[in-house]
Amino acid sequence: MDRDLILLGHGSGGKLSHQLLDDIIIPALSGIPVSGQNDAAILAHAGGRLAFTTDSYVVDPIFFPGGDIGDLAVNGTVNDLAMVGAQPLALSVGLILEEGFSKMQLHRILLSMRKAADEAGVAIVTGDTKVVPRGKADQIFINTSGIGVIRHELEIAGCNAQAGDKILINGTIGDHGIAVMAAREGLALTTDVKSDTASLNTLVAEIMECAGPALHVLRDPTRGGVATTIKEIALQSEVTVTLCEEFLPLKAQVQGVCSLLGLDPLYVANEGKLLAFVAPDRAELVLERMRRHPQGSQSAIIGEVTAAGGSRVQMTTLVGGLRAVDMLSGEQLPRIC
Amino acid sequence: MIDLAEFRNKGIVEGLAAGIKKLTAGRTETMTFMEVCGTHTMSIYQYGLRSLLPPQVRLISGPGCPVCVTPIGYVDHALAYARLPETIVATFGDMLRVPGSGSTLLAERARGADVRVVYSPLDAVNLAAKHPGKKVVFLGVGFETTAPTIAGSIKVAASRALKNYFVLAAHKTIPVPMQVLSADPALKISGYLCPAHVSAIIGANAYRFLAQMQGVPCVPAGFEPADVMQGVEMLVRQVVEGRSEVEIQYSRFVTWEGNLKAQALLEEVFVPTDTPWRGLGVIPDSGLEIGERYAAFDAAKAIPVKVEEAREPQGCRCGEVLKGIIAPSDCPLFGTRCTPEAPVGACMVSSEGSCAAAYKYGI
Repeated sequence: MDRDLILLGHGSGGKLSHQLLDDIIIPALSGIPVSGQNDAAILAHAGGRLAFTTDSYVVDPIFFPGGDIGDLAVNGTVNDLAMVGAQPLALSVGLILEEGFSKMQLHRILLSMRKAADEAGVAIVTGDTKVVPRGKADQIFINTSGIGVIRHELEIAGCNAQAGDKILINGTIGDHGIAVMAAREGLALTTDVKSDTASLNTLVAEIMECAGPALHVLRDPTRGGVATTIKEIALQSEVTVTLCEEFLPLKAQVQGVCSLLGLDPLYVANEGKLLAFVAPDRAELVLERMRRHPQGSQSAIIGEVTAAGGSRVQMTTLVGGLRAVDMLSGEQLPRIC
Repeated sequence: MIDLAEFRNKGIVEGLAAGIKKLTAGRTETMTFMEVCGTHTMSIYQYGLRSLLPPQVRLISGPGCPVCVTPIGYVDHALAYARLPETIVATFGDMLRVPGSGSTLLAERARGADVRVVYSPLDAVNLAAKHPGKKVVFLGVGFETTAPTIAGSIKVAASRALKNYFVLAAHKTIPVPMQVLSADPALKISGYLCPAHVSAIIGANAYRFLAQMQGVPCVPAGFEPADVMQGVEMLVRQVVEGRSEVEIQYSRFVTWEGNLKAQALLEEVFVPTDTPWRGLGVIPDSGLEIGERYAAFDAAKAIPVKVEEAREPQGCRCGEVLKGIIAPSDCPLFGTRCTPEAPVGACMVSSEGSCAAAYKYGI
């Protein structure tokens, strides 16, 4: 028998489950000794509001340039906490494994989760593992939930964008979506575009410190990309946003693949980017501060809230024309001629 | 390597816009130019080019989006294949959401049909090689740009002696419908912004009859904003100077003769045929069907299937949009019953459809 395979028995709750947990999962993720394991983790915190979020990860392929499903699952949840200005306190991990999945690959994914958690300064404190019969899941699905502590009194919310706000982004757009798409089987494209998956909580801490109450909105433009996220904010805040295409940070390769497949990079997913709406008097200072952070060296101001009311997004194009920007509808499908 | 940045240069585009304004200054009549190709439509909307043109210059979109002009009966035919057992339908992504009479490929896939999106017809040939027990039907939709790659895939399948690769061909050719449109007095077309890549295949000579017999200036132009603006400038200049000629703007890829290899490939595999266009009806010699020599690969002949009777969606005015008679927003369904999330007509589905472009980018 191939010792590398995940078997249905690994999810049975019996001996095999314990072996998998004790040999692979717990040493990789947390290192909590058997004697310290209980049905629930107990967390201490010094008061204040808590933020709580959850997300499931089903990315295909599970390994892609710049990351894998593991660090993606940690960073994604850490970032959701960071977008309300919360410092992550603890994460949970739910693993759903397909019968026949490789233990070695599982181990590689778990190590990358641990590394991402360490980088974000958060502990993985509880988890669960299930195994489903072959064909009932695709290799591995991961759910992570996170609790964070909010230590500020700022009002950071999607409904808080105000006329005059500048819109800042911490780097190039569309890298994650294009890296995953290019790695997908059946798309014979070679690029060296890497996913931007990264935790943003330390960058957010600096933005909050620098901007203070001038920080109105924070959101990470993941699925649906920058366009969809900004449109959401315009709707929530009932404002008109004008983007400037010229200032959108974009890698030439991402632009190239997008042109080839008929995609608009504004709608391509990011996993290590944030959009910050900042009052104009602090925007330049925040931009400078962001550029000094490792996750923000290519930060830019990409637009502004041009009016109260309207609930719409428009963009001054590269050549000076004006066009509307709407949410992504359905999936982005490649063009056919 | 060509640096595309130049073709998206603000200064160059503004210079061309100023030139067009100067040429039209003091003129009262409207010049109506049709961009035939869906990628032009997209580019014009995406860069907001209409906002840079003077009111005397009107751009209308033509029948150049391949899935838009594909009649509903073809979609029904594809749906019938998707419902067959042991059959894989392989297609470019845009076809997935195009409504047939009662369903879409996306819905059939959700019900369990094996429908795969491929990025090249060769991927579909490889699927056939990988699944010898199944029939792979590739949906051959598109213009002269797509058709040679599909002809190539049929030749590859033949050379690999694959018996389970089939193409449901609905290829269309562009010059004849252009003639039909410019003969329509309701449209008053002053000139054609001819497709970029189609022209690279068929060559600019293919438009000479339009310029000479029908007096319609033709300019094959590239897809970048500076290309489009220069193409429009060349058309305006011809109208102002009373000329009607074929002039090539997209000279980095378009020649007078076109791509002779691709043309030979088309001739070897396909024969011209009368074909129905959504909105335009049947146009003689405007389609390509698989010829005798490769008939074994023709799904329509090799895999008989019962296709439901086509029912056009009520109230949909895609036909008039495709002819440039009405703007997308003039259709009563636009943005209300017909949106990209729940499209009624094909023009709202494709990334190159006029309605989708107007919905997504229109100010």
